[in-house]
Amino acid sequence: MSLTLEQVRRVAHLARIEISDGEASSTLGQLNEIFALIEKMQTVETQGIEPMAHAQEMVQRLRDDQPETTDTGERRAVFQAIAPETSDGLYLVPKVIE
Amino acid sequence: MKPWEIVIGIETHVQLATQAKIFSASSTAFGAGPNLQASAIDIALPGVLPVLNKTAVEFAIRFGLATGSDIAPRSVFARKNYFYPDLPKGYQISQYELPVVIGGQLAIQVGNQTRTVRLTRAHLEEDAGKSLHEISGHSLRGKSGIDLNRAGTPLLEIVSEPDMRSSAEAVAYARALHALVRWIGICDGNMQEGSFRCDANVSVRPLGQREFGTRREIKNLNSFRFLQQAIDYEVRWQIATLEDGGKIEQATVLFDADSGETRAMRSKEDAHDYRYFPDPDLLPLVIDRGWVDRIRAELPELPTVKRQRLVSDYGLSDYDAAVLTSSLEMATYFEGAVAMAGKPNAKICANWVMGELSARLNRDGREIDAAPLSASQLGGLVARIADGTISTPVARQVFDALCEDPAVSADEIINRRGLRQISDSDALEKIIDEVLTAHPAMVEEFRAGKEKAFNALVGQAMKASKGRANPHQINELLRRKLS
Amino acid sequence: MIDSSLHQLAEALARKTISSVELTQLYLDRIARHDRRLNAYITVDAAASLAQARLADRRLAQGEGGPLTGIPIAHKDIFCAAGWRTTCGSRMLENFVSPYDATVIRRFAEAGAVLLGKTNMDEFAMGSSNETSFFGPVRNPWDVSCVPGGSSGGSAAAVAARLAPAATGTDTGGSIRQPAALCNLTGLKPTYGLVSRWGMIAFASSLDQGGTLAPSAADCARLLNVMAGFDERDSTSLNRPTEDYCREIDTPQDDKPLAGLKIGLPKQFFGAGSDPQVMRLVDEAIVDYQRLGAEIVDTSLPNMDLSVAAYYVIAPAEASSNLARFDGVRYGYRASEYRDLNEMYSRSRAEGFGAEVKRRLLIGTYVLSHGYYDAYYLQAQRIRRLIANDFAEAFRHCDLLLGPTSPGTAFKLGAKAADPVQMYLSDIYTIAVNLAGLPGISLPCGFADGLPVGLQLIGNYFSEARLLNAAHRYQQVQPWHLRLPPAFAE
Ligand SMILES: [Mg+2]
Ligand SMILES: [Zn+2]
Repeated sequence: MSLTLEQVRRVAHLARIEISDGEASSTLGQLNEIFALIEKMQTVETQGIEPMAHAQEMVQRLRDDQPETTDTGERRAVFQAIAPETSDGLYLVPKVIE
Repeated sequence: MKPWEIVIGIETHVQLATQAKIFSASSTAFGAGPNLQASAIDIALPGVLPVLNKTAVEFAIRFGLATGSDIAPRSVFARKNYFYPDLPKGYQISQYELPVVIGGQLAIQVGNQTRTVRLTRAHLEEDAGKSLHEISGHSLRGKSGIDLNRAGTPLLEIVSEPDMRSSAEAVAYARALHALVRWIGICDGNMQEGSFRCDANVSVRPLGQREFGTRREIKNLNSFRFLQQAIDYEVRWQIATLEDGGKIEQATVLFDADSGETRAMRSKEDAHDYRYFPDPDLLPLVIDRGWVDRIRAELPELPTVKRQRLVSDYGLSDYDAAVLTSSLEMATYFEGAVAMAGKPNAKICANWVMGELSARLNRDGREIDAAPLSASQLGGLVARIADGTISTPVARQVFDALCEDPAVSADEIINRRGLRQISDSDALEKIIDEVLTAHPAMVEEFRAGKEKAFNALVGQAMKASKGRANPHQINELLRRKLS
Repeated sequence: MIDSSLHQLAEALARKTISSVELTQLYLDRIARHDRRLNAYITVDAAASLAQARLADRRLAQGEGGPLTGIPIAHKDIFCAAGWRTTCGSRMLENFVSPYDATVIRRFAEAGAVLLGKTNMDEFAMGSSNETSFFGPVRNPWDVSCVPGGSSGGSAAAVAARLAPAATGTDTGGSIRQPAALCNLTGLKPTYGLVSRWGMIAFASSLDQGGTLAPSAADCARLLNVMAGFDERDSTSLNRPTEDYCREIDTPQDDKPLAGLKIGLPKQFFGAGSDPQVMRLVDEAIVDYQRLGAEIVDTSLPNMDLSVAAYYVIAPAEASSNLARFDGVRYGYRASEYRDLNEMYSRSRAEGFGAEVKRRLLIGTYVLSHGYYDAYYLQAQRIRRLIANDFAEAFRHCDLLLGPTSPGTAFKLGAKAADPVQMYLSDIYTIAVNLAGLPGISLPCGFADGLPVGLQLIGNYFSEARLLNAAHRYQQVQPWHLRLPPAFAE
């Protein structure tokens, strides 16, 4: 199978990556080569095979419901020192429209 | 016009009353300063990882047991991917194909009818943060401010089948669910703080049609009144649209409480490809039977069971039993009063809880867990009413006095104020004689055949006794004297 | 000093033949002198390293040293270190100073090691040549016109040129073993879950595993003793009793130290795809293993051919989600011009990520999207199971598996940069190990036209001690790993 330019644009939008028309078409060619490699998977019959999501057969460990003490502002100051834009302890972004 | 049938299914986000968040150790307490309860995990620093809170799982199991659901022996956390500034990782950890709770049902009360709403599932997930447009009164100059204190708060998302057929049923469902999650202690139920939020999926179809109509989902309704108003508006809008020959497009809508209208959400326009996949950072959640059995053993008597027991054990009406089991606090209060008053006096206890006490709570805007008198105080009062120590009017005085002083008992007030009912015939005869002497006109009227005058004389006698006279005896003695 | 093993360095420090400050300064001087030619480090902070060294010297003076006290170690810039810039090779994190320590960083600090610097890497560990780094490519000390391999290429080049005694790396599809092979190092990728991922910036969570790059297997064992261990902050961390990974290495042996060990040769490792010179050296190593007492048997991993395809679905899928947090809101790069929220996201990510990362994010987003999930993602997970089953079957009659690490030696910079598929195929022998979650090691087994060749050994789950011992016994008779790149021997 091969992708279309429209699919590349839609996926780029879903991934929130701005892509110019020129980039979209060069990307399309590369993705199609990669998908040609991936297509090899479709030759294999896998019916009844349990999908493997983890490298180890383990079960989830559970944590006790123990809260840490609430920050008095020091930790927030450290965290927000590396933030692009903050005000009043909040992270600022362009206006969110619901 | 053909009649329309309304079809409603509800998804409820219930904040679980854990101390710490579902995947981090941050406190879940409401009201901290912005981002003070946002740890490295909550703000999704690179390299951080989630570990699941055991109590959140236990609460989900409690809910499943309380609704007769299946507890999945193995469930899976998945990532729901979308970009939003209050979603720091760019995905929400939720459960998708394999939720922890499957099926079940909930009994709802509409008027004096009981119905059952089937549950599809309930799954664990994390809450998002909040976007604010202003803080402490000043604006953020056209920007949004992100507070991640709520991000990572455990949620149980409870999904109903589309079993409701009116906004009244939807509200009844929401109320029953709200009562239940509080009853089993998994949610504080505080709707203003967002602990219990409903999304209503609403569609209409011509009555008799089998297929469902296209639904629109009304998001984030955090009061029963808004739930009702939003559904009513949406139903009217959908029917009007269809009757005008229009079509309903599937959409996510918001309810504007000021205008009372619903409108489509812009941010959801392209969000419908969530690319769910199993979260590689979290392993399958395995719940063994032993754990489920231990939780079952610790579960309080459930509202439906208690309700039946109130009818069979205490002879209460179905209605009284329903009201008294509307919350665990109410039921606990009632049973505390009965324990003091004695089982045969359960009906009187019910009357006082649902009458005098409820009226007072209503007046003061309080809940029963903040009642001005304790269950044992009220039970003590009921015992004295039942054994004839005090009359009903006096009982009201005692009730008021008990509300003033949580340390005192009904007996103490009765004794201190000398409120004991007068049943001694000599004393009562003396009171009656004085009343007859003082009101000859009334006596005349009665003798002229006016029955009303008799009641007036009883009233005078009760007044003269400061309400302490036994009204039965007064009646009898007065008849005898006048005949 | 630069040809000392970690064991020898620890002894020298304990005997006060050298102080940690002197040792650290020695490596800092080497970095200052040589790294311009290699670009192996992204961040060096001499003052911070020397402060740690002084602390180590104090501990040593009080006789309370840990296993690595005073020894400088370089860390791949994927591990968050509090107060250190942690870039993951990306413009996105160019100015990200981590507020916290990765568990790996903490464990090294607790063992007394000195943080020597943060090494260059392919951006977000996506690459096999170290050419995708925002901070420029790394060069191979054996031939600076060649790549060092990737994604832990900075760590590999740094250790190969002895700009560090040893380094950490991470391996998602071969990112420790392949650069180790291309740089004449021993590189260990442990069993998934042995080394905590807390603070290790995620690429593909179900495949990523931290590990070691050092000259010898004995060094790797010493490092693993520090690195491995249960961490309650990582749900996928294995809670097992601690073990001493040096124990087999430290046990004296006769001239047949590997007697009783069955080594399988999966036929898929010996097909036509590899450089004949590489295969000749691998064949020679097999003879050496026979001489060491091992029994060599034939075996097969029938589904191994599918590993690259499955990997390029699973790894990008997980990455597309893992890298969604880089949105310009709380940290990291934010574009300077945008009209609204969506444009802020898509510009910040378009400008903050490099071409290879974006390519993989698009692949990952696509294979998870509606209508494609079953055909790609689920199918890849089923094939992953088949591959894991193949290994399980092979380990029923073999103790270890052996083959080449990489089909060829280090290639020229730029040679594969324009051809993603060719680049992806350079991990053809390493990827299956990550899919199964097994431990693997690459060790030097000779040179082809002056460039190093790596031999790969793969063990069953938790067989690190045996794997390291098998590598160590070979290194006792074929000490290729002691050779230094001539241009950096001074
Ligand atoms: Mg929902
Ligand atoms: Zn939800």
